[in-house]
Amino acid sequence: MSATLTPQPQRPRLAQRRTTRHGMLTLGLARVGFEIKLYFRSTDTVFFTFLFPFIMLGIFTAAFSASGNIGTNPDGSGGISVGAYYLPGMLAAGMLLSGLQNLAIDIAGEKGDGTLKRLGGTPLSPLSYFIGKIGQVLVTGILQAVLLLVVARFVFDIALPTDPEKWLTFAWVFLLGVITCAFLGIALSALPRSGRSASAVVIPIVLVLQFISGVYLQFNQLPDWMQNVAGLFPLKWMAQGMRAVFLPDSFAVQEQNGAWELGMVALALLIWLVVGLVGSRLTFRWIRKDA
Amino acid sequence: MTTPPPAVRVARLSKSYGAFDAVNDISFDIRAGETFALLGPNGAGKSSTIEILEGYRDRSEGDVTVLGEDPQHAGLDWKARIGIVLQSSGESGNATVIEQLRHFAGLYPNPRSVDEVLAAVGLEEKAKTRIHKLSGGQQRRVDVALGIIGRPELLFLDEPTTGFDPEARHQFWDLIRTLKSEGTTILLTTHNLDEAAELSDRAGIIVGGKLIDIGTIGELGGPAARIPVVRWLDADGAAQECRTETPARLVAQLARDLGGEPAELQIIRPSLEDIYLGLVRGHAAGTTSATESTEVLA
Repeated sequence: MSATLTPQPQRPRLAQRRTTRHGMLTLGLARVGFEIKLYFRSTDTVFFTFLFPFIMLGIFTAAFSASGNIGTNPDGSGGISVGAYYLPGMLAAGMLLSGLQNLAIDIAGEKGDGTLKRLGGTPLSPLSYFIGKIGQVLVTGILQAVLLLVVARFVFDIALPTDPEKWLTFAWVFLLGVITCAFLGIALSALPRSGRSASAVVIPIVLVLQFISGVYLQFNQLPDWMQNVAGLFPLKWMAQGMRAVFLPDSFAVQEQNGAWELGMVALALLIWLVVGLVGSRLTFRWIRKDA
Repeated sequence: MTTPPPAVRVARLSKSYGAFDAVNDISFDIRAGETFALLGPNGAGKSSTIEILEGYRDRSEGDVTVLGEDPQHAGLDWKARIGIVLQSSGESGNATVIEQLRHFAGLYPNPRSVDEVLAAVGLEEKAKTRIHKLSGGQQRRVDVALGIIGRPELLFLDEPTTGFDPEARHQFWDLIRTLKSEGTTILLTTHNLDEAAELSDRAGIIVGGKLIDIGTIGELGGPAARIPVVRWLDADGAAQECRTETPARLVAQLARDLGGEPAELQIIRPSLEDIYLGLVRGHAAGTTSATESTEVLA
């Protein structure tokens, strides 16, 4: 360490801008870039959050390729490949992983290793920190979904919708779902007692939700009570919204109420968004104050 | 000229965790531009005190003013004026040194130059290394760099040189002297008493949550604790020790009595460490309450 530091210039007036919404947004956007860079440097995250839906889609396609199409008419026409059937579920799982699993583990880890404590000692507003996390989820989630669609189309040869209205539905279900999951992730990060236990607490929750919500198992073949339980949680509605986009309309009759029910999808996700927002606001602390 | 208000004012501060009093009625001021060391055994209440001043913990009783504000309710503008080097890090550190410094510089309204800070902590060659690949001492230098990047008026250093090799420690001391010459107020905790003596203008000693002494490094422990010690071996080879204000006279007398050089002759002026240990042990011996003695041991 050599002691050559430029002496203090005149006292700045910039500090006043820190507390303005503008300053918080600028810092928040700076956080987004930093967060994304660190996201892709964490091999755990890249594998278990970013690439996981690709791996699962590959496994389902390979495992059930011999069992023929799903939803074939009695005369042998129609139906879609297993890959095509599972694509909406994998997109929904990606939203859950990129939002909820990613942030719940990430923030619990940052709480455990002192990152949050350090940030709490700087003039960074919690709002800017949240903007950074939500931005990271949005960018990585969108990248994941786009890549998943590209792989589905060109590797697994799955036909994608051509109707612009379907893509509009995709856009709002995706954005609403992924933002809801991000806030639920922030709220859930308060649950693990340490950074080390975060995966052990979060992953079982995420896994159970995926099994009961029609991601890994065909939803219409689950018992009614399980479908009803799944209906209490957001993943079921995200998967249903995605099925509405990517499955032929003839599949709507297989839904619990015989229709895509996009209004219910929006309502359920909005309710969970409010739960996530309130939970994040109430539970987030830079450090665990023990008094 | 009027004297500026103190940078830190602590009045009758207490902090309890349940029935345990971590900090018990302590008061002190730190003048603007002063370097103040808080010394004391592990678990004495140093970190609780410093974390209350940093705004991390809420106090149980008393008044605290840091740079004119109550840290418990201070906002982001206040945080922009302080720098914190926490006791321990342990971040996964997937960012490189330079990325981390640039990012943190961006959080402050008037940061120092990243290159200068990098040079000041001696990490230029590690600029593009990811933080988790650095050695413990190097990671500690990153902590120090992040603490000063925002050009703080008041810098908190909680055991900053843990894991430093001697050379790094001396370089760090030079850095702190530079910050001091710029007018930075510094609050330091350390177990390295040489470091405290080297850097600080004044020090306070906390034992069992109580401030047992405070003063300039030259005053701590009072004049009696500073009386030089003369040690030698007598004619039979037995170790002798005498504390005296006039060691030269004693040595001259010894030389006359022994008719030559006293064997193994030493004249020792008590170091800060000697004085500190004397105070801490004296306090432990002097406390009658059982709870307080266990606190000292803890």
